[in-house]
Amino acid sequence: MSTAFPRALIVGASSGIGATLALKLAGTGAKVAAVARRQAELDALAAQSAGRVLPYAGDVLDYAATPALFDRIVDDLGGLDLFIYNAGVMPPVEESEYNFDKDRQMIEVNFLAAVQWSNLAAAHFEAARAGVLCGVSSVAGERGRRGSPVYTASKAGLTAYFEAMRNRLTRYGVRVVTIKPGPVETPMTAGLKLPLMITADQAANEIVSALEGGATEAFVPGIWRPIMFVVRNVPSFVFTKTNI
Amino acid sequence: MPPRPLAQSPRKVFDGFGFCQRSVSAFVQPRSVEDVAAVLSRASEEGVRLGMRGSGRSYGDAALNGGGLILDMRHMGRVLSWDAERGVIEAEPGLTIRELWTRTLADGWWPPVVSGTAWPTLGGCVAMNIHGKNHFRMGGISDHVLELDLITPGGEHVTLSPTRDPELFFAVLGGFGMLGVVTRIKLQLKRVYSGRLKVQQFHTPTLQSQLERFEQHTQDSDYLVSWVDCITSGAGLGRAQIHRATYLHEGEDPDGVAMLSPAKQDLPGHIMGVPKSIVPKLLKLFSFNLGMQAVNLVKYAASVVGSTKPYLQGHAAFHFLLDYVPEFRQSYAPGGFIQYQPFVPKEAALPVLTEILRRSQRAGIVSYLGVLKRYRPDRVLLPHALDGYSLAMDFPVTAANKADLWRLCGELSDVVTEAGGRFYPAKDSVLRPQDVQRAWGQDRLSRFAALRRRADPRGVLRTEWAERVGLDVFDR
Ligand SMILES: Cc1cc2nc3c(=O)[nH]c(=O)nc-3n(C[C@H](O)[C@H](O)[C@H](O)COP(=O)(O)OP(=O)(O)OC[C@H]3O[C@@H](n4cnc5c(N)ncnc54)[C@H](O)[C@@H]3O)c2cc1C
Ligand SMILES: NC(=O)c1ccc[n+]([C@@H]2O[C@H](COP(=O)([O-])OP(=O)(O)OC[C@H]3O[C@@H](n4cnc5c(N)ncnc54)[C@H](OP(=O)(O)O)[C@@H]3O)[C@@H](O)[C@H]2O)c1
Repeated sequence: MSTAFPRALIVGASSGIGATLALKLAGTGAKVAAVARRQAELDALAAQSAGRVLPYAGDVLDYAATPALFDRIVDDLGGLDLFIYNAGVMPPVEESEYNFDKDRQMIEVNFLAAVQWSNLAAAHFEAARAGVLCGVSSVAGERGRRGSPVYTASKAGLTAYFEAMRNRLTRYGVRVVTIKPGPVETPMTAGLKLPLMITADQAANEIVSALEGGATEAFVPGIWRPIMFVVRNVPSFVFTKTNI
Repeated sequence: MPPRPLAQSPRKVFDGFGFCQRSVSAFVQPRSVEDVAAVLSRASEEGVRLGMRGSGRSYGDAALNGGGLILDMRHMGRVLSWDAERGVIEAEPGLTIRELWTRTLADGWWPPVVSGTAWPTLGGCVAMNIHGKNHFRMGGISDHVLELDLITPGGEHVTLSPTRDPELFFAVLGGFGMLGVVTRIKLQLKRVYSGRLKVQQFHTPTLQSQLERFEQHTQDSDYLVSWVDCITSGAGLGRAQIHRATYLHEGEDPDGVAMLSPAKQDLPGHIMGVPKSIVPKLLKLFSFNLGMQAVNLVKYAASVVGSTKPYLQGHAAFHFLLDYVPEFRQSYAPGGFIQYQPFVPKEAALPVLTEILRRSQRAGIVSYLGVLKRYRPDRVLLPHALDGYSLAMDFPVTAANKADLWRLCGELSDVVTEAGGRFYPAKDSVLRPQDVQRAWGQDRLSRFAALRRRADPRGVLRTEWAERVGLDVFDR
């Protein structure tokens, strides 16, 4: 089987979208390094993929360990063609709750650690004059929302960071891809009732075709593009009065 | 809190000036001798390999250390003392040639040896033992260094001079940063009485006539350089335009003293009548052989019909023309380019340079322009100079020509070493271990290895160039 990305790395690959993506890419023949904290889940992926998914237990908040882990993975894979930062957290935040512990975790996992990992991959790709750098952001990053101020801020930051990386790296032959899923059924959204919800399998299929098809920005599913076009243009005063 | 391990320092993509060699390294930017000493001892303890870098003006991989640590010396660039009576400057290694002359020229002193660009740092200049268009007369920069301070990975802090540990002194000069970090340089400058030089141009219709002209003028010139048409074959093979320059004596140039002002040195906004900013685009347009052939023809024709009458030109304009073409490298985008600069003994120059030009033409890989210079023997342990000539050629690198280009350069290197020739690490991307072994010989390499064992017993220092040509292997 021929794969577009023989050597891939997914950070945040132990469940939900990341785990499904890892298996799908492995199914195309790729070797996929999978990073997350839960070793048992990663080992299960390795077993399911006949060893094509390579587990690397690690916490993205262990900033001191990250550079060496990245180097080891690139070494083990013998190079890198595709990098995906998918790790993310969205702890429930109640109405009128101002909780720095949760805020900090979201900013660190969704944004700060994303910057650290993606910078490492970006430097590698820039020097190689090749590669695909992908970040899983969210439609939630398009506007600040009253129900999840810091989650939306972390994703807005991630989207802006990836846009800047695209402006920096396209000239070097590196493709930078921003994925913006709408609601997806995963452990993150367990128990939540959200509009236009799709399965992780559907989401992973759409992401793989965006990666293979040469996209630089993909709404998942595509219907979110026109919706978000409208939402982006709704005047701020409307948001202050509604529950969006 | 213990200091962060060196391997976790910020990273950057570094390239050589030809931007076809690149790699990612962690980097640190020392600001003092203490910083340098601390990094060296920690690198040793933490098992990190490190290489120094000045302005990164070496063309290939001499200032690269992918996967390791780069010691970026540019933030250690103070002038420590300046004696305007005797023309002696003491400076930290990050001082650039440009910063040097802008400080000293108004007092009537110019660096005795400068490269074709003013951006290199003094550290990079002494580590490579740079040459100018006057090596046949003034030697390399090593001939003007009065003293050096060196910190070795082994922990020694030493002051070196032609009389204090000369063996190590003449190995550090031209030792491409493999013996330690140079932290202070004391340099003797050259007295000048005008901010300008007297320049004369001639054309020479063949390679032979070019070499004869050079030999004629080594006695009565301070600078000699020629721009060689590498494209024309047959009877006009190696035809060139020679530039010869001399210093002006006291009183010879009525505006001489006024021209010593650094502000008077910078070039106007036009180069040969073309606005500077569009020169790279023009070059890019001509970056195919046919176009370049037309350019060569026009340049050559201009010099044939043009006057050989001497004219006056500022030092900076004479030496650093390329610096005034913003981003001229972009004419080689996206693949970049390499420079190949063999050095050939004078007796062998005619046949060997003829062979080099013919072979590259036959392979269909031709330099757009060649630069010929004349040298005298050099005292450093690993010299590139010898009593003879060098021909520097720029070759664009593309995905399609890369393998052929490297093969061609390998063949040319065989021809060069066969004739007793040498090479220059600052201008290299293609040398193989056997080329370096033949060029310098086992005796010089063994002496260098012995000094390495003393200065860097744990093998902390590394550059991609040193590794590629096998110096690490010779050592151990
Ligand atoms: C347009 C152009 C024209 C040129 N013309 C000439 C020319 O006419 N003649 C000539 O000789 N060269 C020429 N060069 C080459 C250039 O002079 C050398 O490559 C010089 O070494 C560049 O200095 P740098 O500060 O950029 O050093 P880098 O390229 O950054 O480093 C060069 C070497 O010096 C070592 N080094 C740097 N700092 C220190 C330190 N403090 N202690 C110990 N080692 C150190 C590095 O490890 C490396 O091995 C030219 C280059 C360009 C781009
Ligand atoms: N589900 C949605 O509706 C939706 C919508 C838009 C965007 N997204 C985004 O899609 C991405 C994937 O989410 P998901 O829905 O698939 O949720 P998920 O199943 O909870 O997956 C999150 C992944 O991130 C990893 N992770 C979290 N914290 C980590 C840490 N400190 N170190 C290493 N890995 C860490 C988790 O691994 P461990 O717990 O094993 O460490 C897990 O693999 C997230 O970025 C999310 O924001 C989701």
